[in-house]
Amino acid sequence: MDLIRKMENVSVLGAAGKMGSGILVLLSFEMAKLKIGKKEDKDFVLNAVDVSQSALNSLLGYVKSQLVKHAEKNIVELRTWYEDREDLIDNDEIISQFVYDVMEMIQTSTRIETAYGSQLIFEAIKEDKALKVKLFSQIKKNNPDAWFLTNTSSIPIGEIEKEAGLNGDIIGYHFYNPPVIQKLLEIIKTDHTNDDLAAFSVNLAKSMRKIVVQSRDVAGFIGNGHFMRDALYALNLAEELAKTEGWAKAFFLIDTISRDLLVRPMGIFQLLDYVGIDVTRFILESMQPSFPDEKLSHATLNQLFDNEVKGGQFADGSQKNGIFKYQKGRITEVYDLENAKYIPTENIEMDCAVLLGELPTLKIYWKSVVRDVKKADHLKKFFNELHQIDSVGANLAIAYGKNSKAIGQMLVDTKVAESKADVNTVLETGFFHAYGPINEYF
Amino acid sequence: MNVLRKKIYMLAGYNTISMGTGRNEFHPKKPRPGLEHYIQEAGQATLKMIGGAKNVDEGVIGNFMASRFNKQANLPAFLPMIDAELKYKPSVSVEGACASGGLALTTGMKSILAETADVVLALGFEVQNSMKAMYGADVLAGAGWQKTRKEGHAYFFPGVFSDRAGAYYEKFGREITRKAMAKWYCNAIENARLCKTAQEFHNTNKDLEGTANTPVNPRGFVDHLNVFDCSKVSDGASAIAIVSDEGLKKIGLNAKDAVEIVGFAHVAADITQKPEVMTSLTTMKVAVEKAMRMAGITVDQLGTVEVHDCFSIAGIMALEAIGLAEEGKGPEFVLAGHTSRCGKIPVNTTGGLIGWGHPTGATGVHQAVTIWEQLTGNAGEAQIEITKEKSYAMSVNMGGDDKSLVAVVYKRGE
Repeated sequence: MDLIRKMENVSVLGAAGKMGSGILVLLSFEMAKLKIGKKEDKDFVLNAVDVSQSALNSLLGYVKSQLVKHAEKNIVELRTWYEDREDLIDNDEIISQFVYDVMEMIQTSTRIETAYGSQLIFEAIKEDKALKVKLFSQIKKNNPDAWFLTNTSSIPIGEIEKEAGLNGDIIGYHFYNPPVIQKLLEIIKTDHTNDDLAAFSVNLAKSMRKIVVQSRDVAGFIGNGHFMRDALYALNLAEELAKTEGWAKAFFLIDTISRDLLVRPMGIFQLLDYVGIDVTRFILESMQPSFPDEKLSHATLNQLFDNEVKGGQFADGSQKNGIFKYQKGRITEVYDLENAKYIPTENIEMDCAVLLGELPTLKIYWKSVVRDVKKADHLKKFFNELHQIDSVGANLAIAYGKNSKAIGQMLVDTKVAESKADVNTVLETGFFHAYGPINEYF
Repeated sequence: MNVLRKKIYMLAGYNTISMGTGRNEFHPKKPRPGLEHYIQEAGQATLKMIGGAKNVDEGVIGNFMASRFNKQANLPAFLPMIDAELKYKPSVSVEGACASGGLALTTGMKSILAETADVVLALGFEVQNSMKAMYGADVLAGAGWQKTRKEGHAYFFPGVFSDRAGAYYEKFGREITRKAMAKWYCNAIENARLCKTAQEFHNTNKDLEGTANTPVNPRGFVDHLNVFDCSKVSDGASAIAIVSDEGLKKIGLNAKDAVEIVGFAHVAADITQKPEVMTSLTTMKVAVEKAMRMAGITVDQLGTVEVHDCFSIAGIMALEAIGLAEEGKGPEFVLAGHTSRCGKIPVNTTGGLIGWGHPTGATGVHQAVTIWEQLTGNAGEAQIEITKEKSYAMSVNMGGDDKSLVAVVYKRGE
C-alpha cells in the first residue's frame, strides 16, 4: 500500500471545530514529514473544509501558532530537513520557512466537493448521523477510493458505513480534546473495515505518537461509554439530594465529592460544563438507540438545556457558564435549577461541609498525586481511610467509586473494551484520571 | 608590559539578582525589568559605596548583544542615566561576546594606567530573557563565526561544547568525565544556595546528583551535554569601581577595603579558525600564563578562582588551562573534591556561570565582584577562608569558543 499516495490529498471535514482544528494540525505535521522531511516530490494538499468561512479564517491563525510551537520543539530535526537551504541560517529563519511550507499545503473550503479529490477523509463534524451519512455517501459516489476516518464518539460506525454504502472504507478514529496534546486515540473497526485501512490507521497513530486503544463498535465506545453513565449516575444523586437540600447544594456537593473524594482532576459537573450540556445531551441521544433497555437521558439535563444553561467553551478556550460560573477557571457560582439563578458558592460552602461530615484526615490532591511514583500507595491509604468513615460524604464517594467500577466492568463484559487495562488506559489518558475505574479501591 | 607601572584597585562591587527560570520571582509571561533597571541598580549601588557619582572620572559598560536581545545600541549613553552627575563624563561600551565584562575591567584598568582617570565605574550587563532560549541561541551564536552558524547545532554553543565534551570523552574516558561534570553541577548549586543574588539560590532539589546525571537527549538537545551541564539564560548586571591610589584618597576608602590587581592579560584568537586541540582551551592557557607572569606568582598561591563554566566541560578544561590539573586530569581533580568550597582551591564560590548565572555581558564583572567579596571578607554566607599562603585569587573570562580571553590576578589591598 502506498501510504504517501494516500497522504497526498487529505480533507478534514469540520476543520474549524474544536476537534477538527486539532486533527488538521496533527495531519499537517504528518504531511510535513513527507513533504519536507522526506522531500517527497508531490503536491501535497490538506483541505480544511467547514461550513463557516469566518471560522476557517480564524482556524489558520490557530494552525500557525501550533506549527510554530511544534517547530520550536523539533528544531534539531528541522535544521536537518532544511540543511540544503543555504539561505536559512538562524533557527527563526528555519521556523518561519517551515510554517510557510506547511501553510502552503493547507487550503480552506466551504464546499464538500473539495473532498472529492482526497484519498483520505477525516471527519469531525457534529454528532449527527444523518448528516454524516449524507456527506460520506456523496463523497463516496464521486470518489470511490476514499477512506473515511471518523471522529465520531457515540454513533456506531457500522451504521454509518451501512447507510452511506462505504463497504469497509471507514474506521472510527476518536481523538480526545485537545487532539494535539491528548495522547489517547480510540480506534474503532466495524465488522467490515478493510485491513489496509486498519493497518494504515494504526501506523498513522504511531507516527503521531498516540496511545491507541481499540474499542468495539458499540455506541459511546469506551470513553463516552463510561463518561455518559458516570454523569447520569451523578445526576441521579444530585436529583435525590436536591429534594432536601435544593439544587445549588446538590450540584455543588456531588461535584466536590467526585473531584476531591474520588481524586479526579475536575468534578463531574464541571466536566459536563467543559464538554457542554448540549453536547452531552447530543451524545446521549446518539447512544440511546443502541441501548433500548437503558435510559440514556436525564430530565435535569433537558431542564438545564431549556433554561439556556449550556456550558462549553469560548473560542479562546475559556469556560462559558454552565452548571457553574467561573472566574479564571475557578468555580465561583452554582446554578439553582429550581429558581433558575446562580448562587455564589461561598454562601453554601459551610453548609455543604457540614453535610459532607467527617472526611479522611489524609488529604491528597489529584494534582500532586497524579505524577507521583508512589501514587498507588497514597491512593490506597486514602481510600482505606474513606472506607472506615461513616459520613454522608464518605458513603456517597464509596458508592460513586463502586458505580464507576461497575460501568468499567460492564464495558469489558460486553466486549466494548478488550480488557480492563484498556478501560483504565482510556480513563487515565483520555480523562486524566489518577487511577482507572477498575481497581481494588472500591 | 611585564609589570604594572601603577597600582590598580577594585572595590565597591555589586551584583543584581541573576534573573531567570531558576528564581521563584521569574514568570516567563509577565513583564520583567528592562536593561535600564539592571544598569541603574548595579551602577547606583557601586556609586553609593564610593561617595557618589561626583568621584567618577569615566565609565565603561560591557555588554554582548543588547543590539539583538533588546534592540538597543549606543550603550555608553546609558551611563548618565545611572546618575545625573555622570552627564558629560566619558563613557564607552566594549564587546567581546561573553568576555565583554572582562573587557570592561581591562578597559577601566588601562584608563588608570594611562592616568586619564583615577576612578572608573565598570559595569557589565545582559538582559536576555527577552526571547525564548531557542531564538536566543541564534543571538548567542554571534560569539562564533557567523559562517559556521549554518553547519552548527540548533543550540549553537551547547553544540560547540558538546563536540568538545565528545572529544574529551574519547580521549580521556567518558565515565569519569561525566561523573566530574555531574560533580561540577552539584558544587555549583551548593555554592549558589549561599548567595542571595544567584539564580539557583532558590534551588531546593534534594537529589542534585540524580538531576546532574539526567541522560543526554540528542533528539531535543545536543549529543554530549544535558541542560544541567549548561549555564542558564540570565538577566543581570554587575558593577565595580576601578581606582588608583589617588582614586582611593578621593573616595575616602582604604586599600584594605579593596583588592589590588597584580596581573592581568587580555588575548584574542582568530574566530575563523577551528580549535587547535578540541580537548583543551589553548587561548585561555596563554591568557592565564601571561597574567600569572605579570603577577609573579604560581598556581599554588591561589586561594580561589572564578572560572568561565558556561558549560561544565568548559569548567573542567579551564582547570587544566590554569594549570591546577594536568591535561586529562581535570575530572580526577574535581572528583577528589579539590574544587569544592572546602577543597584545596575553592572554585566559583557563589556558583559560577552554572549556579549563579550567566548574564553574558555581566559575567566578567561578576567574577571580579565575587573575588573582591571573598578577599575582603564581604562574601556573607558564601565566605571561604583565605589563608596567608594562598592569598591570591584569579578570574578567567572567556568569549566564544576560546577566542576572547581575560585573566586577572588579585590580592587584598594593603
